[in-house]
Formats: sequence, C-alpha cells, structure tokens
Amino acid sequence: MEPIIQVDNVSMRFNLAKEKSESLKEYFLQLVKGTLRFDEFYALKEVSLDVQPGDFYGLIGLNGSGKSTLLKVISGVYKPSSGTCRVRGTIAPLIELGAGFDMDLTARENIYLNGTVLGFSPKYIDAHFEEIVEFSELREFLDVPLKNYSSGMVARLAFAVATITKPDILIADEILAVGDFLFQEKCEKRMQALMSGGTTVILVSHSIEQIERMCNKVAWLEHGRIKMNGPTQEVCEAYKHTTREQ
Amino acid sequence: MLKLYVQDFLRYRYLLYNLISRDFKLKYRRSILGVAWSVLNPLMMCAVMFVVFAPMMGGIRGGAGSNYAVYLVIGQLLFTFFREATTMAMSSIMGNALLLRKVYIPKYIFPLQKICFAMVNCLFSFIALVIVMVVTGTPLHATIFLGIYPLLTLAVFSLGAGMILSALAVFFRDVIHLWEVFTTILMWFSAIFYDPAQQFASVPLLIAAINCNPIYQYITAFRATVLYGQLLSGAQVAICGVWALVMLALGLFVFKKTQDKFVLYM
Repeated sequence: MEPIIQVDNVSMRFNLAKEKSESLKEYFLQLVKGTLRFDEFYALKEVSLDVQPGDFYGLIGLNGSGKSTLLKVISGVYKPSSGTCRVRGTIAPLIELGAGFDMDLTARENIYLNGTVLGFSPKYIDAHFEEIVEFSELREFLDVPLKNYSSGMVARLAFAVATITKPDILIADEILAVGDFLFQEKCEKRMQALMSGGTTVILVSHSIEQIERMCNKVAWLEHGRIKMNGPTQEVCEAYKHTTREQ
Repeated sequence: MLKLYVQDFLRYRYLLYNLISRDFKLKYRRSILGVAWSVLNPLMMCAVMFVVFAPMMGGIRGGAGSNYAVYLVIGQLLFTFFREATTMAMSSIMGNALLLRKVYIPKYIFPLQKICFAMVNCLFSFIALVIVMVVTGTPLHATIFLGIYPLLTLAVFSLGAGMILSALAVFFRDVIHLWEVFTTILMWFSAIFYDPAQQFASVPLLIAAINCNPIYQYITAFRATVLYGQLLSGAQVAICGVWALVMLALGLFVFKKTQDKFVLYM
C-alpha cells in the first residue's frame, strides 16, 4: 500500500539564535567585517520515515531530539532544508493547542476563529458547534473572554475544535499532558474513535506507557536521527533499556 | 500549480474574513462611540488641518474656498489608508509568529488581511468625506463611481508594498522604524493640503519629484473623479494600473523568495 506520509531523507537546519542579525546595521557591520557566519544546527538529519494509512505511530526520544521538528515538517510549518516530505490527505495538527486563539475574544468567537485557522468553513463549524461545546464542557463560559480561562480549559476547547473534522492524519504533540485525567481519557477515546474511522495518527509523548498502550509502531529519535524504528514492543523495550543505562 | 494556489486560498478565505472581523471587534470593544470613531477620527483630523492650512492655501483650483475642504479630506483619507495598510501589514507576519510556528497557514493571508481591514476602515471614513461634501455644497458628479478605480489600484499597490515590508520586517526589525520616517516624508510629497502646480510653479524639479510619487497619482486621480467630476485620462488609468501591478509583482516575488525562511527568524 502507498504510504500516506513519506518523509524522505529530510534534514532541517537552523541558524542559532545568537547569530541572527536583527538589524540592518548589525547585518552590514558583520557583512563588512566578514563575520557574517551562521552557526548551523541540525534539528533533523537525514530522517526517512514511511507511515502507512491506519497506522498509530508513536515518536519517542529525549528532549531536543527533534520530535516536534519532525511533526512540524510533516504538517507543513517548516520546509525541510533538504529532502522531501510528501503527505497524501488532510492533516489536523494538534501541535500546540490553542495556537490560533485570540485571548481577547470570547470562546464563542474563538471557536470560529480557530476553526477557520484549521481550514474549516463557518457552515461546517455551525453544524458541529453543539458537539464542540458538549465535548469541552464549557457551556457556561461560552461568552467569557479566553484570557479568563485556565490553561486546562483552553486546552479542552482547542482539542474539541481540532477534532470535529475527520482528518486523514491527526498529529498530536504531547497535548494530552494538559487537562485532568478524566479529560485525558476522553481525548484518548476520541483519538481511538478517529482511528477506527480510518485516520492515521502520529503521537509524540513522553509517557512510554501511553505510547505502548496506543501505538502500533514507534520511531525513536536521537540527536535528530532515527535510532530505531519498528513495532512498538521492540522499540519501547530498547528505549527503556538505554535510558536506564545512561 | 495555479489550481493548487486557488484551492488553498478558497480554503482559507473564511480565515481571512474572521481575522478581519476580529480586528474590527477588538478595535471598538469597550468604546462608547464604537464604529462612529471611524467617521469622527478623520473628520476631526481634517478639521484641524483645515483650520491650519485653509488661510494659507485659500484659492486652490478654481478659487472656490469650499472646494479646499474636500480637496484636503480626499488627500488625507487616501494617504491615511496607504499608511495604515502598509504599517499594519508590515508587522502582520511578526505579530502572528506564534501561529505561523504552530500551524500551516498560507502566509500571505496576514498582509492581505491587514490591507482588507484598512480598506474597511477607509470605506467607513468615506462617510466623513460625504458629510464634508454635503456641508460644503460640493456638487455630486456621476463620475464619483469611477473613484473606485484609483481606490482599488491603490489597495493593490499597498498590498504589494505590504508584502515586501512584512517579509523584510521578519529579517530586519529596523524596517519598522525606517518606514515610519519614510511615510512621513512621503506625506509631504503627496500634496495632501497644497496644489503643487500652484505652490511650486517656480520649482519644476520639485513638481517632477511629486509626480513620481505614486500616492500623489492615486490621490489626484481620485480627486479628478470625485471632486472635479472628470473622467480619468488614459494616462491616469495607465499610471495607476502600472504602479499597482509592478508593486504587486515585486511583492509576490520577494514574499515567495523569502517565506520559507520566515519561521526560522521569528
């Protein structure tokens, strides 16, 4: 079967923040002095990964190993410095919940704003409005500006908006870490439901047991390279083993 | 390829609309007079300018003193549109850095949205223009509708400029400060409250410089249709159109060349 996501030899290079010239004066000064150099840093190096339709793929690795960068390359936020990334289908990115929210607007207004950020039409949001309110359990607070919400409440609303669609691919970056355990269970159920409807899921989590419970395949990233890639059991065992050794 | 762009745009047109309505809501939230400010603000600005400059510029074109108010208001409104639109567009990419780093959205949506928002404001401020025209008894000509042409081409011109500025501002924050200075200079060369032919008749070089200012050309074309009831000359149509297309092409080129690097510098 044709892979739904094809990451082929992708490298992602960043110029380190201290080197970026933020003013014209600095830029020209550095240019004249010949010190205009960028310290390069590879967040991803020659990563290849095929995801088949219907996979529940887990990404694991220590902090700074490139998991989030890989997700952003897949969802189109970053364009890889080299290599290609091909995606066949629609993506619902749950990379950082509530990125499209405006804290000065009410929840009701934000549902429409964030919905359109994700590319839904207002009609579609109208039709699913009840569902969003129901799922987020925020009915009494619908007309309160979001700045008065707790972070858990924002996350609930964001998750509810992002998952009304039936995307081909759902990308989730540690979003389940927020919210209380009841809501986490609810989110997991919603993700399982999407899965059974044929959605492919990519999940980043530091909770190994959550990965083991939900994923069928796992890729292990280390320093921007894929260290191991395969069935959940194998990779997770190896990961836990090495982590303990270090 | 083109089909893909169109599809992308259609998918995000609701976002464009929602962002404009957000800006609008936030601008007037908690203000008692609300939208009325869109009319009052330019009206008051122009009143101040009128009081200051009218005694000096008395007999502009045709000598009818009542025309001067309209002459000034048109210049002021169009220039304010250009300055507002480009200034807002300039920081639009930076201002949405948080969003652009998290979700894929076509990036041109942000400068485009600011131009549209400025246009909405500008249309509201035209109520002020109508008020001034009625009060001063300026005859309403049918050619008023032709004013749409310089207005739209000015919007396209501003979009091009806004795209260049927004891209540059990501890499060099200085642009934001430079632009403020530049638009102030530009304002003096836009003949908002004077008539160059009359004031600088003895300095042809200055008149030539003013003629090179596209904003002056747009304002002049708009005045011709709305204030003087003239049809646009072929030259005017060409000047407005060419400036707009050249600036838009330049804007698209710069934006497309640099947009993939935006996220790395925000």
